[in-house]
Amino acid sequence: MDQIYELLAITLGAILANNFIFSQFLGCCPFLGVSKKIDTAVGMGIAVTFVMGLASAVCFAVNNFVLVPLDLEYMQTVAFILVIAALVQFIEMFLQKAMPTLYTALGVYLPLITTNCAVLGVVLLNVQNNYNFISSVVYGITGGLGFLVAIVLFASIRERLVFAEYPKCWDGFPIALLTAGLMALAFMGFSGLKVW
Amino acid sequence: MDTMNIVFAVVVLGALGAVFGLILAVASKIFEVQKDPREEAILSHLAGANCGGCGYPGCGGCAAAILAGEAPVTACAPAGAENAAAIAEIMGMAAPTGERQVAFVRCTGGVNAKKRYEYVGVQDCISATKVAGGPLECQFGCLGFGSCVTACQFGAISIGENGSAVVDPEKCTNCGACMKACPRKLIVSVPANPKKVHVTCANLEKGKAAMSVCSASCIGCGLCEKECRKDAIHVVNGVAVVDYDKCIGCKLCTKVCPRDSIIPVATAEEKAKYKEIKKAQAEKAKAAAEAAKAE
Repeated sequence: MDQIYELLAITLGAILANNFIFSQFLGCCPFLGVSKKIDTAVGMGIAVTFVMGLASAVCFAVNNFVLVPLDLEYMQTVAFILVIAALVQFIEMFLQKAMPTLYTALGVYLPLITTNCAVLGVVLLNVQNNYNFISSVVYGITGGLGFLVAIVLFASIRERLVFAEYPKCWDGFPIALLTAGLMALAFMGFSGLKVW
Repeated sequence: MDTMNIVFAVVVLGALGAVFGLILAVASKIFEVQKDPREEAILSHLAGANCGGCGYPGCGGCAAAILAGEAPVTACAPAGAENAAAIAEIMGMAAPTGERQVAFVRCTGGVNAKKRYEYVGVQDCISATKVAGGPLECQFGCLGFGSCVTACQFGAISIGENGSAVVDPEKCTNCGACMKACPRKLIVSVPANPKKVHVTCANLEKGKAAMSVCSASCIGCGLCEKECRKDAIHVVNGVAVVDYDKCIGCKLCTKVCPRDSIIPVATAEEKAKYKEIKKAQAEKAKAAAEAAKAE
């Protein structure tokens, strides 16, 4: 029962209270870069969720079965980057073969995930928080879902912003950053959320 | 012991990397996707400048579009006819019969055109047209401030001696940059074949209105239309337009043009000679007709 409560807490925390973008500021590059259209934002969000979940699982294995027994925990960051890069490459190849339509839909965003710090962030946070395997994977997937929620909300606001009247000097990135900041403030409202 | 630690870390991470590398190598064999080799081949025949002139994102996008049949084999203008033919061969199509096209400026006004006022603003055609419709009396003529010259990536267009823009057909790749830059839309693409004739005026007004603003204007008199044996030149909206598919380059129209606005411009001697020949022909026809009548 405790395990279920913990997972629930992780889920709500990752999606709302500790949203990767709005409260941890991880993965801001694709958040700003790929949020002009809702379609691409959804694609990117799903791809990130997928990679974050998988990376959590593989990195948990690498950490617990290779780095910890050999007393090499201080090499975690390097090892995890290696894992993520290889993983993204592998997924790219797999998708190209198995699901060409999804591959073309994701396009350039797939390799871009390699450099998404939310992915590295989630695996490092898993280690920091001493999560077990299930918690790690759940944290990875729900963290990705949090990213998906954030980027889709942001993209839909940006699509509407096109018709908004605002000072011309705010055009482009200034208005995007302002919007992101305001959304982060709104998400701060979730920080008082107590689950258990 | 410290050095041992470093060596140990390097070995472990190296091994980890090697394992991942091996997995990826195996995976790349398992998940190998057969790419159409024609795409590579087409790509090698494109200009490779990623100029975006074709409307696709870079040369790779263009190659994919040609392969998919969405873009014509001639989609890449800078690559030229030779490469278009090569691409057509790759695609298993007949080589495009279209001749090489080059840009052409439909105005030789320049100093011949009357000025309304002296423009002293920014030396740019678009800016000049914004000031009371431009400094020329003619609302259609080349302003000669060289917006097209700036737009050309190939150094193929320049402001000629008489103050209007001139294209060097040797250097021109027909990329269309100058056509977009010209605020008066004077630049069009025409066959590069030097035999064909071109009308060097775009003034849509007729007669006196066109005559009074420029000494090199087409007045839409229609003499060329009457003279053409191939139905290849017509006065459309007050200006002569050549139908390049029909023009055979006989240059009869240039010899009757009273305004010398069809190039290559015929000299006075050529015109006089042609007039003589026509006169002789007319008399001969008249004599023949009379002879037929007498019989």
